[in-house]
Order: sequence, then structure tokens, then C-alpha cells
Amino acid sequence: MGHLSEEIINKANILLEIYPNKRSALIPLCHLAQGQDGYLTPEAIVEIADLVGVTPAEVRGTASFYDMFHLEPVGKHVVAMCTNIACMLRGADELLEHAQESLDVGIGGTTQDGQFTLEEAECLAGCNNAPCVQVNHRFFGPLDNEGFDRLIKDLRSGKLKDEVPEHGVLNRVDRNYGLKATPDQVQAERDVMESAKKERLAKKSESN
Amino acid sequence: MSDIIVNKNLPIVSKRLGIEEAYKLETYLSTGGYEGLKKALQMNPEDVADEVMKASLLGRGGAGFPAGRKWSMLKPARVKYLVINGDESEPATFKDHDLIERDPHQIIEGVVVASYALGVNQAFIFCRGEFALGLERLQAALNEAYDYGAVGADIFGSGFSVDIVVHPGAGAYICGEETSLLQSLEGKRGYPRIKPPYFPAVMGLYNQPTVVNNIETVSNLPWIVLNGGDAFAAMGQDSSAGSRIFALSGQVKRPGNYEVEMGKVTFRNLIFDESYGGGILDDLALKAFIPGGVSAPWFGPEHLDLPLTQEAIANKGSMLGSGSVVVFNESTCPVKAAWRISKFFYRESCGQCTPCREGSGWIEKIMHRIETGNGRMEDIDLVMDVCDNIAPGLSWPPKQTTICVLGPSIPSSIVSAVNMFKQDFIDHIEKGKCTFDK
Ligand SMILES: Cc1cc2nc3c(=O)[nH]c(=O)nc-3n(C[C@H](O)[C@H](O)[C@H](O)COP(=O)(O)O)c2cc1C
Ligand code: SF4
Ligand code: FES
Repeated sequence: MGHLSEEIINKANILLEIYPNKRSALIPLCHLAQGQDGYLTPEAIVEIADLVGVTPAEVRGTASFYDMFHLEPVGKHVVAMCTNIACMLRGADELLEHAQESLDVGIGGTTQDGQFTLEEAECLAGCNNAPCVQVNHRFFGPLDNEGFDRLIKDLRSGKLKDEVPEHGVLNRVDRNYGLKATPDQVQAERDVMESAKKERLAKKSESN
Repeated sequence: MSDIIVNKNLPIVSKRLGIEEAYKLETYLSTGGYEGLKKALQMNPEDVADEVMKASLLGRGGAGFPAGRKWSMLKPARVKYLVINGDESEPATFKDHDLIERDPHQIIEGVVVASYALGVNQAFIFCRGEFALGLERLQAALNEAYDYGAVGADIFGSGFSVDIVVHPGAGAYICGEETSLLQSLEGKRGYPRIKPPYFPAVMGLYNQPTVVNNIETVSNLPWIVLNGGDAFAAMGQDSSAGSRIFALSGQVKRPGNYEVEMGKVTFRNLIFDESYGGGILDDLALKAFIPGGVSAPWFGPEHLDLPLTQEAIANKGSMLGSGSVVVFNESTCPVKAAWRISKFFYRESCGQCTPCREGSGWIEKIMHRIETGNGRMEDIDLVMDVCDNIAPGLSWPPKQTTICVLGPSIPSSIVSAVNMFKQDFIDHIEKGKCTFDK
């Protein structure tokens, strides 16, 4: 048995099909693996490399470029707090300070019980709800100190578990169809378009 | 104080943002959804492209390049691609985020219309990875659209086929730059490509001709097809046709996305009018504002009466960019604001070019020490000198010494802050602390 579950492998195989080039599935596959383990494990990296047909070093080297991929274990909830300009203007620095005290953890750290990892984020495109926070990439805001503490309490108690799945789980909606346009259909359609175009152009030059 | 004539066509792209569950096919259809596509499929593809050309629809991703012209540059080839840029990470920009989460079908309809006009059979919607809900809504909408027959093989019996893939990003601002986006979509690190070739329309995804358009740009297409390019071009002013979403944030009472007719509304209207921003937070005075995202030079109160058009803003030395307006009130420290923006660029530089990689780090360090009261008087000239090394001459638009325009965007906020608020820099250095700290 491999490291990635059968369910993940099935999803991976669909992803490998839908791109003109397998390599394009690399990042979506990393998301899938992170959804299983909460971070990108060395075992998953080897299997992704196999599936895509590149070396594990290439998978790791690509994944390390991107902020969303964690190559080390993280908490069950990754709390990303934006301090960029629009949030800064609405008290994000003060909120981040409060979060560190209230969770008793520094930026980049994970609480002892493994529940929360705290991150300082760049703009999350939620500036209309500043200061804006994401937990496992689900949006919350605007938040004040009390609102933040309430959010943490609700996450701890499991009250938000439907809204906020465990870290790594990104898109829970599967593509429920294959490639409906087969290469043959596409080619036939291209030929039709080409000849129609030729006809139209011929008509145009006639009338000129 | 409303002296704005609201155009009866408005809102166009944002019309469903206020409607509950507009992301569902049922709601979309009951509000005129997929009518534009049905009409387009009755027309010749070239005529659809013609309407877009007539509309003078400017790209909404930041560069403001006319969509019709970009399309006409697409090199004929057997395999061509359409890639939609939904990576939205420019600080203070949040319009695509709303469009993706709340009106995904409009995007899909726009993509199919564009694909038909361009003769493209494979399209990708690159959605910022952090938009988990957005990804789910887009994928669910796409599934519905396939079932409905609006995407896939033989769309509505027209003989035209296009497949659409929703592709997740993974967290990197630079992937919004179109060649970096294509690298990322190819499964690689998001390093912007060396130019030339300048245009993905000649050589793009997998080296095939590719059109890259922004989410808001394609969201306009269903309306343009239904109402005609001329109707769109009749709105707006000068080359800024139609309407556009402005993302208003920072110290205003009502931050949010507001769609306005180009040129018919001024910054004063947008920030103070009750139907938009509703005035400055805490009723303090306006200190400054950023007119078009953090890559744009700042404006002061003297620029409040400029109309929102690309030309008017460019004439005064800044840009409309991604359409995000950030308001600072008088309680804000301009040194801190400029430092925070420089920190963003430092964190997001991809590191390929020396001026951008090294310069952004230097600037962040110098700005941080001034902000925290550890600066020296020479630091003001030093930081300007580093800026000058990235974009020689510090002119606007900036000169480019780098592979992409992230580098030359770094100096904007620093140069603005120093030029507009030099005394604040001096005070920080003389008093040895941030003079705005309470
Ligand atoms: C550093 C950088 C970041 C960018 N980020 C985005 C982005 O998040 N979304 C976007 O649509 N365009 C972004 N752009 C602009 C794109 O390169 C490209 O011009 C745009 O997607 C084209 O679409 P349009 O013509 O419809 O505007 C960015 C450009 C640069 C240089
Ligand atoms: S300018 Fe900066 S972000 Fe752009 S390619 Fe060069 S190093 Fe990368
Ligand atoms: S600045 Fe915080 S979400 Fe945009």
C-alpha cells in the first residue's frame, strides 16, 4: 500500500487526465496530499513525483516556492492574520499582538496542543472586512480582540468543523465529469470552423 | 451630496453580488444568465470579437490593455489557450474575490464567449489558492454548467466545444504576473519569463498562443454580447469605456466594492458619498490615498476631484492599476504605511533579478529602522538612492531594469511618502521613535 489513500489516488488520476501536460497537475496534487496529511510529507512527495513523472527533488523544489505548502507539520488550524496595508489601517498589528498573547505562541509557531499555527499573512483580498483572518483558508473578519477569542473558542470546541475543515483540505467539490470534448470532436469542430471561416473570407473578398 | 448621475445600465459586472445564492445555476438563469452566450453562438466568432473591439473594454487586471486588441494579436495555430487570471493578490484589491465567490457562472459564461470568439477549445481559470470557498463555488458552478450544456462538447447544439479547468494557485503574489502565472500553471516555480516574447498571445502556455485575461474583464462579456459593444463604449469617458469595480478600503466608513461608470465619478464621490465610502473613519481629515493598488504612487487631498479614468490619473503621475483605492486618515503614520508596503514587496519578490531581490530587502530594512526610531538622517537619501537603482530616474511610469514590473513598482510608495511627508521622516529620526505612536 502506498502512502496516499486510494481516494486521493483516484482524484489524482482524474487531475492527470484533464491537463494537456501531466506536469500541470503537480500543484493540484500537492494540495490533495496536503489535504490528507495536513502538510506535504516526504512520502507524499515521492508518490507525487512518480505520478507526474518528475523527480522528488523537483516536486519539493516547486512546492517550496509557494506559501501554502508546508514541508513541516503544522497545527490542525493554521490561523493566517493579514497585516498588509488595508488591515494595518484597521488595527491588524494590535490584533496580531493580541493573538500571540491569547494563544501563547509566536508568529510561525504552533501551540503545544497542536491545535493552532499562527502566521502573519500578506493581503488575503478580504480588505473590506479588515482586519481579516483566514483559518485553513476560510475567511473571518472584521475581528476585534473579543471576536478573535470567540473564533478560537469555536474552533476548539468543533463548532466550526463543517465550515473549516482540517488544514490542507482545500476544494471539497470534485470535478464530476471527464473531458467531454474528445480530441476527435475537437478536431472535427476545428475543421468545421476553418472551412466556415474560409468561406466567409472568400465571400468578403468577392463583395469587395 | 449625491451629484452623481447613475447610469441606468449600472451595475453591469457586479449586478448579482447583492443577490442571495447568485452562485447557483437556478438563480443565475432567473437573472438573465447564459443569454449572452446563446446570442454569441448565433453569431460568427469574428463578429463576437468585433463587438468586444468596439466596446473598447480595457483589461481589468492592472495593465489596462484593450481586450479586443489583445485578442486580435492571438497568433493563428492549431492549439491555442485561454487562461483567466484569478490570482488576485495585489494588496487592497478584492473585486475578483467577490466575483468568484458570488457570481461564478458569469465568469464561466464569459470564458465560453471568449473561447468561441477566439476559437479556443481549452480554457483554464487560475484561481488564487487561498480562495478555498471560491474554488468550491467555481467548481460547483462549472459542474452545473456542464450538466446544463453551457460548457463541454457541442455547447447548446452549436457544434462548438470547450473544456474548462479550474486550477488552484498555491500562494505567491508574483503568480499574478501573466508569464509567472503560465509557469505556475505548467507546474513549475512561478518565475516570470524573460521577454521577448512580450506577449503570451504569440507564445504562452506550453509555448502555444495564449490569451490571458482577468476575471473582471471576462465577466463583462455576457453583457457586451447582449447589449452590443457600442452600448458599452457609449459609457465612460475617453478611452476608459464602460463601468468598473473600484475596491475601496482603509480608513473609510464603508469599505467595499463599488461599480461606477468610468469618468462620471471622482475620488471625492467615491470616498465621501453616502452611496459609496460614506466619509473618513472617525470623521478625521483625509491625509492621502492610493488610487490604484500599492504599486501606484499616492495622491493627496488636492487630487480628490479627479475623475476615475485611466488618462486623468496617468496625467497626474499615478495609475488606476487594479482599481483599488486605499484611504489614510490623519492618524496614520506615512512612514509606517510605506514601510509595510515595502515589506510586502520584499516578501514577494521572486528573486530572479538583483535590483528587485536586493533592493526590496534594503528598502525594507532602512524603512523599518526609520519607523522604529533607529534611522539616521542619511537614510532618507539612501532609501531614495536604492529606489533609483531599481527604477532609474524615479520617473512615472517607472523605467524597468528587471524581468517583470514587480521590481519597478517597489519605489512608488517610498518615493510618494518621502516627497509628500518628508517632515515626518525627519521627526522620526530626530525624536528616535514613531511620532504617531499613542
Ligand atoms: C506583479 C504583478 C502582479 C499581477 N497580479 C495580477 C492579478 O493578481 N490579477 C490579474 O488579473 N492581473 C495581474 N497582473 C497583470 C497580468 O500580468 C495581466 O496583465 C492581466 O492578467 C491581463 O488581463 P487583462 O488584460 O484582462 O487585464 C499582475 C501583474 C504584475 C506585474
Ligand atoms: S522584477 Fe522581481 S519579481 Fe519580477 S522577475 Fe525580477 S526578481 Fe522576480
Ligand atoms: S490588506 Fe488585509 S486582506 Fe487585504
